[in-house]
Amino acid sequence: MLDRINIAYSQIDKAHKLLGRRINVMEVCGTHTVSVFRAGLREAFPKGLKLLSGPGCPVCVTDQGYIDVVLSLAERDDCLIATYGDMIRVPGRKGSLERKADRGNIKIILSAQDALNLAKQNPGKKVLFVAVGFETTAPATAIVVNEAMQQGIKNLFIFSNHKLVVPAMQALLLDKNNKIDAFLCPGHVSVIIGSDAYKPVVEQFKKPCVVAGFEPMQIIEALAEICRQIVDGKPQACSLYSAVVTGAGNKTAQKIIEETFDAVDGYWRGLGQINKSTLKLKEKFSSLDAEKHFKVEFIPQEDITGCRCGQVLCGLIDPPECGLFAKSCTPDTPVGPCMVSSEGACAAWFKYARRKRQK
Amino acid sequence: MCLAVPARIIELTGDDAVADAIGNHIQIKTTLVPQAKLGDIVLIHAGFAIAVVDEEEAQKTWQLLADLDNFSKTDKRVSG
Repeated sequence: MLDRINIAYSQIDKAHKLLGRRINVMEVCGTHTVSVFRAGLREAFPKGLKLLSGPGCPVCVTDQGYIDVVLSLAERDDCLIATYGDMIRVPGRKGSLERKADRGNIKIILSAQDALNLAKQNPGKKVLFVAVGFETTAPATAIVVNEAMQQGIKNLFIFSNHKLVVPAMQALLLDKNNKIDAFLCPGHVSVIIGSDAYKPVVEQFKKPCVVAGFEPMQIIEALAEICRQIVDGKPQACSLYSAVVTGAGNKTAQKIIEETFDAVDGYWRGLGQINKSTLKLKEKFSSLDAEKHFKVEFIPQEDITGCRCGQVLCGLIDPPECGLFAKSCTPDTPVGPCMVSSEGACAAWFKYARRKRQK
Repeated sequence: MCLAVPARIIELTGDDAVADAIGNHIQIKTTLVPQAKLGDIVLIHAGFAIAVVDEEEAQKTWQLLADLDNFSKTDKRVSG
């Protein structure tokens, strides 16, 4: 294994020398952020390489306006809120779902199927499914939408805020202040979309896009592969996670996403409006669409004063550069979304990088 | 959030399945992997199988999860 690490590191050094500056690789996925920290890779990397944490945690990129809508619906007596556990602590302007949980109408679910079951078990209630997540999670929502339609379920409403990874990567690269040389692409999103999905990024921006799994060795080798592509001047979209991620991805999942959702312009925390980046239900499913049923007005909100999650998500600053980090904003008292989710960059930095400094 | 866990299908009826993930039995759907058979190992995300994986790959992930579990136990001891 040491040999493999040495080979990988020499590749990284070579690219560093060739470019004459540090190479910035954005890890798009929150699980990569955590894996890298847990394995102590940040400290062990050659100096010529820096990892930037990207917008790869669906909780972190969910706009505050969306959370405010969920919170206002949680106040209704006729509503049950079905949400993945990750969302429950995210602060909106009026508190968080966790603080409303004592009303008993907030239900944490592990599967989209649970939202459908909840609707069946509670025919007198309107069940709002807080449908967030990237392409990994969207097919599950799509299946449930189709099932609910077929079964004539009238009390399940989908508040879809599913996000697409590739438009966000493109938006980041369009920002002239970006420092990104390449992307370490997410493992399990890529199971669905396939590594070929990153080809447009490579073609338009000439940046390597390499998919890796979550093992430390594979992450190191993916970073070396990125550096090799930079040295050769031949950026590619490829997968080192070949046991699981293919070029084409999961076609069944892609098909059901396409049949159920339209990709529309959507608001991302920190990144703003991104073209065709958010999945909303197609017109034929409008009877299940929470936005139509509850006639919600979804107004993007200004970010919280002092919170720099937006810049963290774009890889412009590291979390400790935010004035709130580890002061008023901690995992126990999160101010911004990147501190809430265990996969958020701020929470990962708090847990793993602070310990080193304290020593 | 986008983390999937490998588990072996131990019951399968249509696209309803029960999978064994390191001893935990969970109800899943195989709608997205119509090729999955009884005994196959699948990656599960939010209650849905999203890919069929081989034994070797699954073992690696299970090991990683075990390491993580040990690590979090150690972590508590250090900070507590």
